[in-house]
Amino acid sequence: MIEVRHLSKKYGTVTAVDDISFRVAHGEILGFLGPNGAGKTTTMRILTGYIPPTEGEVIVAGFNVFDNPIEAKRRTGYLPETPPLYPEMTVREFLTFVAQINNIARADRRRRVITAMERTWVTDMADRHCATLSKGYRQRVGLAQAILHNPEVLILDEPTAGLDPKQIIETRELIKELAGDHTIILSTHILPEVSQTCQRVVIISRGHVVAENTPENLTALGQDVTTVRLRFDTQDMTAPATLASIPGVLRVTTIEQSNSVTTLDVETEHDHDLRRDLARTIVANGWGLLELRSMQISLEDVFLHLTTEEQDEGSTILDESSPPEQLNHKNDAAELDNE
Amino acid sequence: MNNILAIAQKELRSYFASPIGYVVIGMFAFLFGYFYYTILSLFVQQSMQVSQFDFRGPTALNINQHVIRPMLNNSMLFTLFVLPMVTMRTYSEEKRSGTMELLLTSPLSDIQIVMGKFLGAMGLYVMMLAVTLLDIGLLFIYGNPEWPQVLVGYLGLLLLGGCFISVGLLISSTTKNQVVSGIVTFTVFLILWVITWLGDNASPLTQMILSYLSITEHFEDFSRGVLDTKHVVYYLSFTVFGLFLTLKSVDRERWKG
Repeated sequence: MIEVRHLSKKYGTVTAVDDISFRVAHGEILGFLGPNGAGKTTTMRILTGYIPPTEGEVIVAGFNVFDNPIEAKRRTGYLPETPPLYPEMTVREFLTFVAQINNIARADRRRRVITAMERTWVTDMADRHCATLSKGYRQRVGLAQAILHNPEVLILDEPTAGLDPKQIIETRELIKELAGDHTIILSTHILPEVSQTCQRVVIISRGHVVAENTPENLTALGQDVTTVRLRFDTQDMTAPATLASIPGVLRVTTIEQSNSVTTLDVETEHDHDLRRDLARTIVANGWGLLELRSMQISLEDVFLHLTTEEQDEGSTILDESSPPEQLNHKNDAAELDNE
Repeated sequence: MNNILAIAQKELRSYFASPIGYVVIGMFAFLFGYFYYTILSLFVQQSMQVSQFDFRGPTALNINQHVIRPMLNNSMLFTLFVLPMVTMRTYSEEKRSGTMELLLTSPLSDIQIVMGKFLGAMGLYVMMLAVTLLDIGLLFIYGNPEWPQVLVGYLGLLLLGGCFISVGLLISSTTKNQVVSGIVTFTVFLILWVITWLGDNASPLTQMILSYLSITEHFEDFSRGVLDTKHVVYYLSFTVFGLFLTLKSVDRERWKG
């Protein structure tokens, strides 16, 4: 549905986006993740035809964004970083204007505007001037504007920025709901958002794609060991040593050991679940088990790892199923960065 | 075409949502009214004096020549002052507030956007001129001026306004700052008006070229009520060229990012 091939954008001597390629399948939600200044907004602006790329091409819904901009734009809904509202218009007037410039037939306009307002919960603000709206409402009117003409492709630049927690949840639900018949790219630097809404994640850093995978795989691949946090009460000072002797345990780190409560981190090999053995040992020794939980490496860790450390790691956690040319390309990118 | 009209309508609405639309129409009407009153008073006074010396009655002086023509020439000056206020925000404001991003990512061509903005500004200008027709209308009630001169004169004002607006759009498309846009536009208009002064000591050829370039020289015939295709072609091609450059400027801004 969306195909980005070898996209680069240079502003003078500054390279904002450097040879990015990825695809988004029909009905998929792709998360575009990266620190501030990584090139997320630039990439999205190129995808929507707002700015032309220095190199590369973008195909949206079967149309090249630069050879056939009108057709591609007709099929794209875009929420920019700052919602593009006309302060002097009311929400209803604004959405009607957007309907007009998207060539929605006069008879259809009213209905579409009402539907869009209902879906983004701005109906109660319909006759307020955009200038007087709060940040959260502006964001949602921006979203209403993007979905108004029912586009096949939705490109959302930080759709939940400035919303309160309840609105964030509602917006995520809306995005998931839209995913069925829309293809969505959303950018964010909020990690939980990605794991909750997106089926696939592209992590970019300094203009390069450093990883592309599902949130689950990214989290799983980032960890080599599984850590289990244990809390139990015992007077036995040799408890850590006892647990370390269980086959499969790599390391035991004592977090806290007072006269009654012992807190330990037990590291085991990845995919080797020792929680049953640990519990059995504790109970057999007569210690009172207070807590046992598996410590997940979060997407945050992966993200930080990928975007701060050497970019070489990027190639090791690639999606196995991605086409070979894409693999090569990413290795190239990683090498370039090391130079 | 629908897209152009949608943008023109949006532009007009935004003029009247802010005080700009009212201020501009009000200012234009006030300036016109003030000059109209003084010129007409003078005319009446002179007619009285003339009629005391020869006995051909108060119509001895030509109202077209002594009221309407100076009023048309003055209107040309008023547009010079007022139109920068109309065009200064057209692109600058959209660039500053980010709504340009909406327009440029909507299924609109650049030409449609430029034409929409041009028609919107022209619409406001037509309203400004329409208000002044009330003053001119009074002359028809109490006197008997020739209407073709009025018609040709107003056509000239429309064409002239088109040129100014196209230049204003061009300048507005190059900056995010409305104030800069307004000041530069005003300066350029002023230069276009006085460009012939450069030719005072120059060769006849340079003088000819300069007077051809001067937007205001071409208005002379219109204010006399003479409709000459030469001037119509000049104004129209000037406007088209201005809009063409605006189009290029918008495209260039896009490449700059």
